[in-house]
Amino acid sequence: MRRVAIIGVGQSNFGELWDQSFRDIVLTAGIEALEDAGLEGKEIEAMFVGNMSGGRYLAQEHIAALIADYSGLSELHIPSTRVEAADASGGLALRQAYMAVASGMHDIVIAAGAEKVTDVGAELALDILSSGADREWEGFVGATLPALYAMIARLHMEKFGTKPEDLAMVSVKNHKNGALNPKAQSRREITLEMALNSPYVAEPLRLFDCAPISDGAAVVVLASEEVARKLTDTPVFISACCQASDYLALHSRKDMLTMNAVVHAARQAYKQAGIEPKDIDVAEVHDSFTIAEILAYEDLGFAKKGEGAKLIREGVTNLDGDIPVNPSGGLKACGHAVGATGIRQAVEITLQLRGDAGKRQVDAERGLALNIGGTGATAVVTIFSR
Amino acid sequence: MLPRFWRKIKYRYDLVGTYCENCGNYYYPPRNLCPTCRRRSDVKEVQLRGKGTVVSYTIIHDAPEEFKRQKPYVVALIKLDEGPIVTSQLICDPNEVKIGMRVKKAFRKYGEDGESGIIYYGTKFVPDES
Repeated sequence: MRRVAIIGVGQSNFGELWDQSFRDIVLTAGIEALEDAGLEGKEIEAMFVGNMSGGRYLAQEHIAALIADYSGLSELHIPSTRVEAADASGGLALRQAYMAVASGMHDIVIAAGAEKVTDVGAELALDILSSGADREWEGFVGATLPALYAMIARLHMEKFGTKPEDLAMVSVKNHKNGALNPKAQSRREITLEMALNSPYVAEPLRLFDCAPISDGAAVVVLASEEVARKLTDTPVFISACCQASDYLALHSRKDMLTMNAVVHAARQAYKQAGIEPKDIDVAEVHDSFTIAEILAYEDLGFAKKGEGAKLIREGVTNLDGDIPVNPSGGLKACGHAVGATGIRQAVEITLQLRGDAGKRQVDAERGLALNIGGTGATAVVTIFSR
Repeated sequence: MLPRFWRKIKYRYDLVGTYCENCGNYYYPPRNLCPTCRRRSDVKEVQLRGKGTVVSYTIIHDAPEEFKRQKPYVVALIKLDEGPIVTSQLICDPNEVKIGMRVKKAFRKYGEDGESGIIYYGTKFVPDES
């Protein structure tokens, strides 16, 4: 296996992009990534695209060819492949691209993620996102994705004493970070009171516990170490990119407070990178719901099981804490562009490790990204280093 | 959606699950392959008694279109006495639901596919005072 580096990153704004089409936002992110990598376009040998549901959000399939086409690559006839794992689709695209370069098959490969959700109404958008859980045995009874995470939150509160205030603090922190990110959907700080007084979506989760469903695209350019050294002075290496699966439905898991896919992917990734959780300087985790960030602290080994809330209470994961988590604002404030999120996380960690993160810059040599599909039936853990 | 629903009627209407004779585990929703035994699975259909305990629950305020008329409604994770956990609606006063509460199955309507479409029935749970 060859070492693989990220040599360019790009991202569209995340949010409700009424005036932009799917093709527009993909192109914005793609051109930015190529400019960042100093490439013309013809150097690209293959492309992997994370997209959850072009079929239902846009009534458009064949997304990978569409993206290659509108990125101006149709005359090059490169292989372009779409991968899907609900909102972990971006993480999968990154891993496929990583494997394509690491294996020696290709030297320069694009990993992209894109979703356009506002061409359908908000309710349908949520229904589509909820199809990342089990449609026949969860969706059928009216259990939406927020409802399933709400039951995890309720159980965490009951078993470990996690409080609504702890969850709200995750949201406050991520909004504070998002305010520093020019591409974030929400660039406004919120208060604990605002979060705790926002309407219930599914008790105990309130509006400010739930990430929005957003439009957005993100692109990273991967290259072999040899090629990367010729093209850039600031390569960011992927030390490991591991993926795991679990039971699709929450009710099938023996321990509903542990995402075993995350535990397995993380364990493998730490081993491959030859590091421990304490060696991580910055992380982007999948806070589709605030409780998911608390679980991520535990399942990634930043805290013991049941003690995740301590990290947020003590400010450990704040921008100026020991392990800043979601400096971008996370899914909550930066926005959750479904299939784009996994790539968007890789963009943020790359910027952080290069020292290009502007006002939200932290001091970091090693970073981690965690992308989750549905309620945890897929997890991708990626470790990056300078 | 019609055949997709009809195929599952037996299991939805009356909690018919499966049981692996090789390892003794019960499954609901039913599985044809036991995740403990895989190819050594010896799976048979089984009628579950339909009594259990609330493991966790939520009261849903932001509901999908087809459930809007019911909101707020309770969805719970219910551990059946035979072992498996099911996700189901729980028919009770949202203020009364508690973790650890005993519940039993009830045959109820879940929704309908427009005015002239199929009516979806299935199993919900109600408090078990017995």
